Amino acid sequence: MELYEGGCELKLLETLAGHSDRVWSLAWNPATVAAGTPLVFASCSGDKTVRIWENTPSHSASWTCKAVLEDTHTRTVRSCAWSPSGKLLATASFDATTAIWENVGGDYECVSTLEGHENEVKSVSWNASGTLLATCGRDKSVWIWEVQPGNEFECVSVLQGHTQDVKMVQWHPSTDVLFSCSYDNTIKVWAGDDDDWQCVQTLGEPNSGHSSTVWALSFNAGGDKMVTCSDDLTLKIWETDNIQMHSGDGYAPWRHLCTLTGYHDRSIFSVHWSSEDIIASGAADDAIRFFVENRDGLVDGPTYKLLLKKEKAHDMDINSIQWSPGEKRLLASASDDGTIKIWELASLCMENGH
Amino acid sequence: MVSELINANPIVYEKKERRARSAPSDYSDEYAAEPIDQQEVFDHVRDIKDPEHPYSLEELKVITEDAIEVDDVQSYVRVTFTPTVEHCSMATIIGLCLRVKLLRSLPSRYKVDIRVAPGSHASEASVNKQLNDKERVAAALENPNLVDMVDECLAPSYG
Repeated sequence: MELYEGGCELKLLETLAGHSDRVWSLAWNPATVAAGTPLVFASCSGDKTVRIWENTPSHSASWTCKAVLEDTHTRTVRSCAWSPSGKLLATASFDATTAIWENVGGDYECVSTLEGHENEVKSVSWNASGTLLATCGRDKSVWIWEVQPGNEFECVSVLQGHTQDVKMVQWHPSTDVLFSCSYDNTIKVWAGDDDDWQCVQTLGEPNSGHSSTVWALSFNAGGDKMVTCSDDLTLKIWETDNIQMHSGDGYAPWRHLCTLTGYHDRSIFSVHWSSEDIIASGAADDAIRFFVENRDGLVDGPTYKLLLKKEKAHDMDINSIQWSPGEKRLLASASDDGTIKIWELASLCMENGH
Repeated sequence: MVSELINANPIVYEKKERRARSAPSDYSDEYAAEPIDQQEVFDHVRDIKDPEHPYSLEELKVITEDAIEVDDVQSYVRVTFTPTVEHCSMATIIGLCLRVKLLRSLPSRYKVDIRVAPGSHASEASVNKQLNDKERVAAALENPNLVDMVDECLAPSYG
């Protein structure tokens, strides 16, 4: 389905209330993609809880809160991530722990608690095969954990290198290379195996990097491009050599491709690259923006253009925006206003001749 | 706790007169919200107590009415404050007090930026960055000791 310039609209499908404090983050369960099975996502909040939301496609697309994961974290839950199988949910909290939850017949049980960070844990991410977990936090470190049988997690590496608070970690979609972004304005790339991990690249101002805190990063489906968003009001697109990446070495250097500047007025907290190459951003000006590659006259390589801007998508800052897995152009946004909104990006125009 | 005050002898200024708010002259707008202006924002913060001394931020000229920029249409406020000394380690506390007071006093649609007056602090960029990092502020406000300190400073500024 083609997108036509100026011919798209963002339709609000539903507004979900329930959390009693700001919603920091949300994550779609990757396993619920088969036709007929419900779409599920988790949200986490300053109210110290995690909520699981479900939608059965056959019933008028109405979302219900299926579970509230509470009485475990003692402070804000900042981030959550499902394992690739969709069976486990990891939640990262300001209480310095990361909890692992398992869905046991509809009830979510906390099956493990990962301790070690000195203070607030800010982000958690599973690798593509579900064998490794990464966490990061204000103590400036990135931790790598190995997933073992019986829901055991062993810390295999504590990575120092960032000089400030680490805001997010994200594994590459197809290789075991870890990316982190920080209050120190840089993005770091970590590679290795077993317990021997190193920082193999730092993307900072000398590499056309950001000039303020980098809040989030997201990869395209192929894993050869990445977008980062920052307090410096820009999005930056980076690319790598795919062939070299999948060869024996497993790691290839990243380089700056382009910077999207002038589109955002306040900090950009979240960015997500869809499977159809639409980049969605959520910012502190309450707006959602969509960017696509600009195919009109290639100059020195690809550039990107604004497809659509939805002002006042929420009443307050947007902290997280995530495309759903599956075919429909559904996405969810989470805000300081305590709500989650479900949207559909729809084409307005019909193709000529239809 | 430090045994020595950062600034043992601050200069204390006279407080600015308080202008009474005039009643709305247009009765058809009786229930309409008045646009928030500089004076109103200043009234919210002027009586915040300095963390170290029994004087208000206004009395110490840490905050002045002119240093507040308001755009009610854009729902935007920027507060610039001047710590009494260049190496003031209380700068982040004062900034946090300002942020909390405004969070509790202004409508939730407001975007607030807090900064130290340019040239007034040795670690200006670092302090500004911390004060405007929403996540750092949120985490700090989950620290009970810090919240107690902030609440103590804010107490005189209510009512």
